[in-house]
Amino acid sequence: MRYSQKGMATAPDKIVPAQAAQQGFVYLPLIAGWLIPGAGHFLLRKWGRGALLAASIVSMFALGIAMQGKLYGGAHDVLDLLGLAGDLGNGLLFVVSRVFGLGADQVLVTTGDYGTRFIVVAGLLNVIAAVDAHRLRTGRKL
Amino acid sequence: MFKPSHFAAVLLFALFASVVFGITQRDTPRRMIHYGIYCFVLFAGSAIALSWVMFLIAR
Repeated sequence: MRYSQKGMATAPDKIVPAQAAQQGFVYLPLIAGWLIPGAGHFLLRKWGRGALLAASIVSMFALGIAMQGKLYGGAHDVLDLLGLAGDLGNGLLFVVSRVFGLGADQVLVTTGDYGTRFIVVAGLLNVIAAVDAHRLRTGRKL
Repeated sequence: MFKPSHFAAVLLFALFASVVFGITQRDTPRRMIHYGIYCFVLFAGSAIALSWVMFLIAR
C-alpha cells in the first residue's frame, strides 16, 4: 500500500500574510469604527476609504449640531427610542456632544428639524461603515 | 448657527450619504465612484421630482 505525505502534518504550517491579518480580536474594527468614524478602516490600513467615511460622517454630525439639531437624551415614546438608537450610532461623537451640552433640547427653528435628521442619519451611516470594516476584517469584502 | 435652504440641506444630505453608500456597498474604487454618483443623482433627482409633485398637488 502506498501512502502519500502530501497534506500530512509533517512540517509546521506556514503563516501566510492573509492568515496573519486574520489574527487578533476580530471585532476590533467594528467597535473602533462605531466609536470613532473611519477608525475601523484605518485599523485595516484602508486610509482613503477611512478618511472619506470619517469626513462624511463627522461633517454630517457637525452640520446637524450647527443647525441646532436635537440630541436625543431619553426615550419617552417609540419615535424618541428610534431617534436615540440612531444617535447612539455616532459613538463617541454622541457621548462627547452630550457631555458638552451641544445640540438643542427642543427643536425651535426649521433648520433644527433638518439638523436632527442629519445627526440621526450620521449615526446610521456610521453603523453601516463599522459593519463594512467588519466585513473587510473577516474577508467577506476586499 | 448654520441655516441652509431646504434644497441646500438636501444636497448636503445626498452628498454625505452617497459617499458612505458608495464606499460600503461596492468592492472596487471604480464601482464605488459610479455607485456614489448614482445614489447622489437618485437622492437629488427624487427630491426635485417629489417637490414638483407636491407643488402641482398644492395648486
